[in-house]
Amino acid sequence: MKNLKYLLLRRATQIGLMFLYFAANAYGWHILEGTFGSSKLFGLIPLADPYTTLQALSAGFLLGADVLVGALLIVLFYMIVGGRAFCSWVCPINMVTDLANWLRRKLKLDKEEVNYRFLKRRTRYWIMVLGLIVSAIVGIAAFEAISPITIMQRGIIFGFGAGISIVIAIFLFDLFGVKNGWCGHLCPLGAAYSIIGQKSIIRVKHNHEACTNCMECKIVCPENQVLHMINKESISVTDGECTNCGRCIDVCNDDALGFSIRNLNKDS
Amino acid sequence: MSLNRRDFLKSSAAVAAASAVGISVPQEAQAKAKEAESDWRWDKAACRFCGTGCGIMLATKEGRIVAVKGDPAAPVNRGLNCIKGYFNAKIMYGADRLKTPLLRMNDKGEFDKHGKFKPVSWQRAFDEMEKHAKKALKESGPEGVAVFASGQYTVMEGYAAQKMMKGGFRSNAIDPNARHCMASAVVGFYQTFGIDEPSGCYDDIEITDTIVTWGSNMAEMHPILWSRVTDRKLSNPDKVKVVNIQTYTHRTCDLGDFNIIFSPSTDLAIWNYIAHEIVYNHPEAIDWDFVKENIVFTAGPVNIGYGMRRAGEKSITPVNADGSAGKYTALEMQTINKEMSKKVSAKEAPALKPYGYKEGDTMKNTAGTLKHWKISFEEYKKSLEPFTLDYVAKIAKGDPNESIDSFKKKLKMLADLYIEKDRKVVSFWTMGMNQHTRGTWVNTLSYNVHFLLNKQALPGNGAFSLTGQPSACGTAREVGTFCHRLPADMMVKNPKHRAKAEKVWGLPAGTLNPVGNQHIMKIHRDIEDGVVKFAWVNVCNAYQDSASAKHWIKAAREMDNFIVTSDGYPGISAMVSDLVLPSAMIYEKWGAYGNAERRTQHWRQQVLPVGDAMSDTWQWMEFSKRFTVKDLWGEYTLRNGKKLPNVIADAKKMGYKEDTTMFEILYANKGKEYKIDLDKFPQKGFDNSECIGDSRNVKGGDGKVFKGYGFMVHEYLFEEYASFGRGHGHDLAPFEVYHKVRGLKWPVVDGKETQWRFNVKYDPYAAKAAKAAGSKSTHAFYGPLAKNILQGTLTGPDKKLGKFALPNKAKIFARPYMDPPEMPDENYDTWLCTGRVLEHWHSGTMTMRVPELFRAVPEALCYMNPKDAKAKGVKRGELVWVESRRGKVKARVETRGRNRPPQGLVFVPWFDEKVFINKVCLDATCPMSKQTDYKKCAVKITKA
Amino acid sequence: MKSSNNNRRKFMATTLQSVGLTALGGLLWSGYCDEAKASPLVLRPPGALPEEQFLDVCIKCGLCAEACVNRESNKNKDGTQREGTLKMAKGGDHKLIGTPYFIPTEVPCYMCDDIPCAVVCPSEALDIKSLLNEKKELDINKAKMGLAVVHKESCVAYWGLQCDACYRACPLLDEAITLDYQKNERTGKHAFLLPVVHSDVCTGCGLCEKACITEKPAIFVLPREYAMGRAGDHYVKGWDKKDQQRAGNRKLDEIETHDERSQQAPSDYLNREIEY
Repeated sequence: MKNLKYLLLRRATQIGLMFLYFAANAYGWHILEGTFGSSKLFGLIPLADPYTTLQALSAGFLLGADVLVGALLIVLFYMIVGGRAFCSWVCPINMVTDLANWLRRKLKLDKEEVNYRFLKRRTRYWIMVLGLIVSAIVGIAAFEAISPITIMQRGIIFGFGAGISIVIAIFLFDLFGVKNGWCGHLCPLGAAYSIIGQKSIIRVKHNHEACTNCMECKIVCPENQVLHMINKESISVTDGECTNCGRCIDVCNDDALGFSIRNLNKDS
Repeated sequence: MSLNRRDFLKSSAAVAAASAVGISVPQEAQAKAKEAESDWRWDKAACRFCGTGCGIMLATKEGRIVAVKGDPAAPVNRGLNCIKGYFNAKIMYGADRLKTPLLRMNDKGEFDKHGKFKPVSWQRAFDEMEKHAKKALKESGPEGVAVFASGQYTVMEGYAAQKMMKGGFRSNAIDPNARHCMASAVVGFYQTFGIDEPSGCYDDIEITDTIVTWGSNMAEMHPILWSRVTDRKLSNPDKVKVVNIQTYTHRTCDLGDFNIIFSPSTDLAIWNYIAHEIVYNHPEAIDWDFVKENIVFTAGPVNIGYGMRRAGEKSITPVNADGSAGKYTALEMQTINKEMSKKVSAKEAPALKPYGYKEGDTMKNTAGTLKHWKISFEEYKKSLEPFTLDYVAKIAKGDPNESIDSFKKKLKMLADLYIEKDRKVVSFWTMGMNQHTRGTWVNTLSYNVHFLLNKQALPGNGAFSLTGQPSACGTAREVGTFCHRLPADMMVKNPKHRAKAEKVWGLPAGTLNPVGNQHIMKIHRDIEDGVVKFAWVNVCNAYQDSASAKHWIKAAREMDNFIVTSDGYPGISAMVSDLVLPSAMIYEKWGAYGNAERRTQHWRQQVLPVGDAMSDTWQWMEFSKRFTVKDLWGEYTLRNGKKLPNVIADAKKMGYKEDTTMFEILYANKGKEYKIDLDKFPQKGFDNSECIGDSRNVKGGDGKVFKGYGFMVHEYLFEEYASFGRGHGHDLAPFEVYHKVRGLKWPVVDGKETQWRFNVKYDPYAAKAAKAAGSKSTHAFYGPLAKNILQGTLTGPDKKLGKFALPNKAKIFARPYMDPPEMPDENYDTWLCTGRVLEHWHSGTMTMRVPELFRAVPEALCYMNPKDAKAKGVKRGELVWVESRRGKVKARVETRGRNRPPQGLVFVPWFDEKVFINKVCLDATCPMSKQTDYKKCAVKITKA
Repeated sequence: MKSSNNNRRKFMATTLQSVGLTALGGLLWSGYCDEAKASPLVLRPPGALPEEQFLDVCIKCGLCAEACVNRESNKNKDGTQREGTLKMAKGGDHKLIGTPYFIPTEVPCYMCDDIPCAVVCPSEALDIKSLLNEKKELDINKAKMGLAVVHKESCVAYWGLQCDACYRACPLLDEAITLDYQKNERTGKHAFLLPVVHSDVCTGCGLCEKACITEKPAIFVLPREYAMGRAGDHYVKGWDKKDQQRAGNRKLDEIETHDERSQQAPSDYLNREIEY
């Protein structure tokens, strides 16, 4: 029996948060209102997506104080505590891409990662910058206009409409196209959170002594380049691209991986 | 709507842009449309809706009505319509039309009052009706069989129903919803003129200088007439004045030179104030020549109660210690107890002083009575004495935020307009003056002012009652589908009138029942008392439109009775019923309506009814086949002890057998003289389901395919009915003539219609009466009713003075202001007024099924003053409970828009069965006319 | 050296290709966004900034739509929620995805006095300041969501029928929509009661459009910039003292006029010689 602790915890968090957002509209609950773009916690604390905010700012408009404060709160949280946890613990697209990934493994479509010439893991940073440039040129928050993340979230809250097709497209892309294609290569929001969360304190730590080099962790990891230390040295995963999803911990049968608080002195 | 919003916005914008610069939009479909029109058949008809009586033309194609247009030849509307009229082509085609009879049944297929509705044949339906009607007759006699009739019956339907009820069942328990709408006007006409229906006509609008509306939102309820008023105002804006006298500001007030917002019920005081102003301050304005020649002054009792249940009635017995009584709660009884006695209030005491009452006196009420007696002018003058400007302004000011000086100024201006010499004045009213616990009084008070000034029954001058329903005049009143009436102003109480009806109907003498007291509220109450055990709802929605609705619904659902509803669509009455019959709707049958200005209009059957629906006339005739002489014409003892004689032997002498059916006696015997002739106008080319059957091959009451009665039923019913009025001031033209003209205003004498009745110059009957009396007067009020009366003073008749005959005279009545039985107090602090909106007709069964009208007004709102809303902590759009002593409903608050009540009053329309406001309303009536007062009761408003 | 040259060339090529692809992607992306922006016939919630700005500032969070649907005044009689006025644009709606809008024929704006949608807006895309009256109180009458336009040819009131459904439905009855009374010369005794919309008062709530009884409404709300013209600033109504306010913001650097006829310098023109 495989250990599913963190997977279940993540799903519970993702679904729970989505339900709170949904309930805000459907039942008028004042726990978590709005969408990622901008939310209200307990009808009081503003929260806002930093990348969206940045796009809007680069498009040349001053936003309301609520949004700026909200974005700041989110940045502080992930910067200090969560790292890139948004992607694996909050984002609903994660469930879609995880499903695609799982199916990919089950259907044995999963050869080793192909090295595409123009689709690298760093592409997302290009897109992130491009999003800001396009926002500045066109005068609207450009990624927000196409973001499958908020399209899916709004779909859950307000109904999908034709927006469901982009979610399906990502699923198919990740399943039959590029492994970890969306989250690992394209998503500029993920890129933004990678940067924001680089120095956060919650980290996966590897224990080289216990490792049997089974490589299970590298198989499930959606960003397996961050696990370069496996069976080599006992250090924390410090790469900002790690989403803190904890799958590696779940699948490790040797107690060689676990969450820990970053040792600021040593690891930096 | 299949339209995509984007396309829609684009195309609309293009069209708007094009029209703005004067380009006409290309009509590529025009040629195609022309082709389609060529196989449309156009024929004239009358609009289905209000009492205005607009003429329309209907286009049919392949058995369906495809279009409607206003009839340009119709004098009332000249081709125009309001938005209800605009949808006449759509009202019959709601997807949920009733198409087959539905009976509540158990699993075994037996009738079960608690069962579910399941389709049955017409034969089975009539079997059940026959069984239950016979059971009701056996248990309660003729008083146990009742009909909720209608002011929307065609003339023929009303006449067919009335014959079977009064002639067949010997029951006078047939009363129309027109009771709720016109009865106070009727009693007003009877008391004042001795004959029903208005003296003037719509032509007054174009001639008059002043239009005063009293309790009438004419702009919404009679839009076509309102557009004529507007046109009159436009034609001479300085001279022509429009004044609106209402309890809240509404659409009609938009055109007013000034508007008077009065406190409910004080219209009585305002009319008396005007008369006071004439008699005390402008005596020179009284046309004594006219008054002496044509008018007598009269008075009647004031302690007549409020038409509610009286002590001792079964359902309010026994009276319990906690104040509740029988089926009524203690709260309800707080109001009902006033029926027997009441304390004279400070507000009404000055007005009642001339009648011998002072503040704090206990007034013992007798049951409502029409009694009245002649008094002197001085006595009348005495009755007006309290109605000074100060007193009237104090009690009548309806808007707490208006200054008393402003209000007084308006009252004075109003009186001045009436009094101004040579100024023509028309007073219009609708439900505000009719649905009134003193409705008859206020109606007669209106004539007082017009009579004193000689401004009645003259072109451009007169008080004129605007009828609500399309045939309240034509059917309910003229045919006489009221419990107390027979055709053409005859009364069941009058032995001569009964004898005449018996003769025309071919009944043995003594068949007709002389006791006609089961008016519509009494029928409801009799069902609750367990007396009426069989009731049939025809062309109305009796369970949505009656006040104190919870009682009547409970009685229908829980007691031992059988309720039948005939309707085109399922509504509340059908839901409450045990059997539902599918009725042919308006243009699926031949018919005739009579509008507010005495105009009778006919139409032909345009299309076949949907499903197995059949007309109400057919339903009555099929039903009548189930009853024979021996079933109905034995001896009965009525509740009051009076006996209806056994007339079976006399019937036999007339050639009937014991098992001769009512169908033969009442319809077929004489009807056969009216032949089917499909080659002749007006029958040629038109369907006639009752007479020749139709291609649907509906199986009739006997289970066999119905092939028609074989005679011209509609012409027969109309002609026999018309025979009552001809030569009696009620002359109608022959059936065929009406199919050629756009209606005629009766009396039609020598082929000519009558515009102003009682006026020697215009009304041949008045000319004849004046000539016979040797009078030189301009008028002759020849109405025959109550023309020989006692004499006395304000406080009562003095029998020693003997009776006074007043041929050709009309009456001015001394009548004071009195409080309604329920007024706002600390617990129920708000007046509730109900009514209609332009978009919906009555209970909305038709108009709520027209998608455009539904979209326009999908729900009934509670219109409230913004200050009241704020005080009660509710915002626009939020839901409130509107709660009275009788019940409560939830409604959405509106503080803006078309109806703007003063503080202390809310208005809730009644078309919406989801805002069932009649559960809240009080079933107090004018004790004389028995018309319910839907315009005032006390409620409290709380946030829901 | 050769291999390093090769490497350098390869690196250059890759860089060039990356830049090219990025530019291509950027262009496509911009093109899409521009197209998505260009759905101008859309009605925004009360207080919305001018469309261009609104599209940028709106953070697409949906708080306005949630406040709209969940407001106290939006309950059905059975306590359930009614459909709200504000919708969030979805794929296929042909509006910029995620932005709030409304369709009057479906659910018009009921003009709540407390304007719940605007007060929750975190980004000020719904600008509260534009909804304050002289007393600095929230006043929904100040909203300018759109402007109702009457299409006369399909408006049955202009045929002479007695309708005025839009007039009666108007929350600013007799202010935003008034009736123009005219004699109906054809019948000789009826009057036209013609609805006329006043752009200075109309909020664009759409209750008139919802109430219109024609098959497709003859009165409908358009965004104000599409429904309104503009008279020249250089002319002031001589009979209207206030009109200078309308015209008063004329810019001095726009005084000089330019058109085809004035394109050439005088000497260039004069030197052309005349044909004869």
